[in-house]
Amino acid sequence: MHPAFSVIFLTTLIGAGQGLFLALYTGQVYAVFDVLPVQDPVNFYALGSLIALLLLVAGLISSFLHLGRPERAWRSAARWRTSWLSREVIVLPAFMGTVAAWGLLHYLAWNPLLFSFRGTFGIDLSMVIGAVGTLLAFALYLCTGMIYACIKQLQEWATPLTVLNYTLFGLASGFLLATAFANSRGAGLVDFLGGWAIFATVVAFVTRAASLIRNARLKPKSTLGTAIGVRHSKLEQKSQGFMTGSFNTREFFHGASPRKFLFVKWLFLLLVFPVPLALASAGIAAESTGLLLAAFLTQYVGLLAERWFFFAQANHPQNLYYQTV
Amino acid sequence: MTQLALVIDLNVCVGCQACVTSCKEWNTSGTAGPMADMNPFGKDPTGTFFNRVQTFEVGTYPNTETVHFPKSCLHCEDPPCVPVCPTGASYKREEDGIVLVDNDKCIGCKYCSWACPYGVRELDEHQKIMTKCTLCVDRIYDESLPENERKPACVNACPTNARLFGDVNDPESEVSAAIREQGGYQLMPEWGTKPANHYLPRRKARITIHEDELIRADNPLRKERHLPMPDADDPTLDETTSW
Repeated sequence: MHPAFSVIFLTTLIGAGQGLFLALYTGQVYAVFDVLPVQDPVNFYALGSLIALLLLVAGLISSFLHLGRPERAWRSAARWRTSWLSREVIVLPAFMGTVAAWGLLHYLAWNPLLFSFRGTFGIDLSMVIGAVGTLLAFALYLCTGMIYACIKQLQEWATPLTVLNYTLFGLASGFLLATAFANSRGAGLVDFLGGWAIFATVVAFVTRAASLIRNARLKPKSTLGTAIGVRHSKLEQKSQGFMTGSFNTREFFHGASPRKFLFVKWLFLLLVFPVPLALASAGIAAESTGLLLAAFLTQYVGLLAERWFFFAQANHPQNLYYQTV
Repeated sequence: MTQLALVIDLNVCVGCQACVTSCKEWNTSGTAGPMADMNPFGKDPTGTFFNRVQTFEVGTYPNTETVHFPKSCLHCEDPPCVPVCPTGASYKREEDGIVLVDNDKCIGCKYCSWACPYGVRELDEHQKIMTKCTLCVDRIYDESLPENERKPACVNACPTNARLFGDVNDPESEVSAAIREQGGYQLMPEWGTKPANHYLPRRKARITIHEDELIRADNPLRKERHLPMPDADDPTLDETTSW
């Protein structure tokens, strides 16, 4: 498939935004149970959710660049019963609204206590809104992943690993950003968030490696024989029916040389996993916001490469019809 | 339930591209507006086509065969492009099974083209919406046309009659009979899309001749050895008698 930068930025930006929100909310939940220190509502929660919201908005703007007719985008919420893309279109704004509401509650310090358990801990409104946001964040990971995983003839994508990878990459980058943010603004959260960021990165390495191994062993179900319905061991295309490009030759081929393809693969394996892990460990030990931010940015650039490779690796069966001019 | 479709006979297609040009001609002047031709006189012209004819070679020289292969939307009975569409612009008509795109609803996200295994949906570079074969829906029901012309433009254009058009769910139809009797098959059955369009395979007329059929036997009884078997070099009945 041809990697579209609009979709690459959309998926990586909203993934990190969701992860950042989940990290902030996890900190809040732990604080309620006195496991972690309570944070400043304006300086930490409100500002943090603003950053998450900015990432989500940037992703949304990027997604519009993918459309041929962006002015009709509102129509895409119509078919949520059958289309994962339509579901994503509904869940993304709902999640953005929830993040905004959660941040605003903290900013305005309007946080009525809803109920408390025998006076030990209380559940306030932002806790409930945050729980809704958590559900929506995971639903959004599911929708984003399923957009790709539900197309069965794109065999490289049609696996639960796709959803798992999207979720784990989003969590890893979001928690890494949260760690850097907590180091500069928060109190006593760096070890907790940094630990989870490292954990998510390591698990993501396992699941992404699993999908790379799976894809390397894939056997295409469609062959030229099934494509044109002629049973012969030697079939060769002589003409594709036109001499210059068409939508078919632009949309479904990545067009990169095998060397570039391999380079991007090793680039993302390097930039998403070992380099940020080293930078994050050093940053947590030295309590350095600069190092932690560098870890996040390195991983983000790596994720752009990962997403490029994810698209480029998928081999669409229609390519069987376009092998020779 | 009616399911209109094409049946394409690869045994007679000569790859003349008449269906390609007549399709473009009809649909570019049709109700859906012109089909884009970007940069038509420049270095890299590109345009939208609903129908293409490709050429494949089967076998190794000298035992080769050239197969011309027309390719357009197959109007699947279970079209994967329809459920993925987020706006409902991509739909399958209940009444005749034609898969269409609603030009006013399509947002040009290209997701349906990813879901189609056959690569028969093209984004129109000018209108920025998805386009595809309509089975000439603006022609086949047009009562101002003579009845024998109420067929898709490609079917009318084919000089060798390689393209048949009709209801594949009606067992009595010409297309159903062709599929049934001449080995009609579907493309990429592995994805469960149940394409309505079928292809008829290359067919060869062969007869099997056994060696004894080539030797003239004057008296079949010789074979049963009821009479002494004459030598093979002995004159035959025709050579010894004349009528």
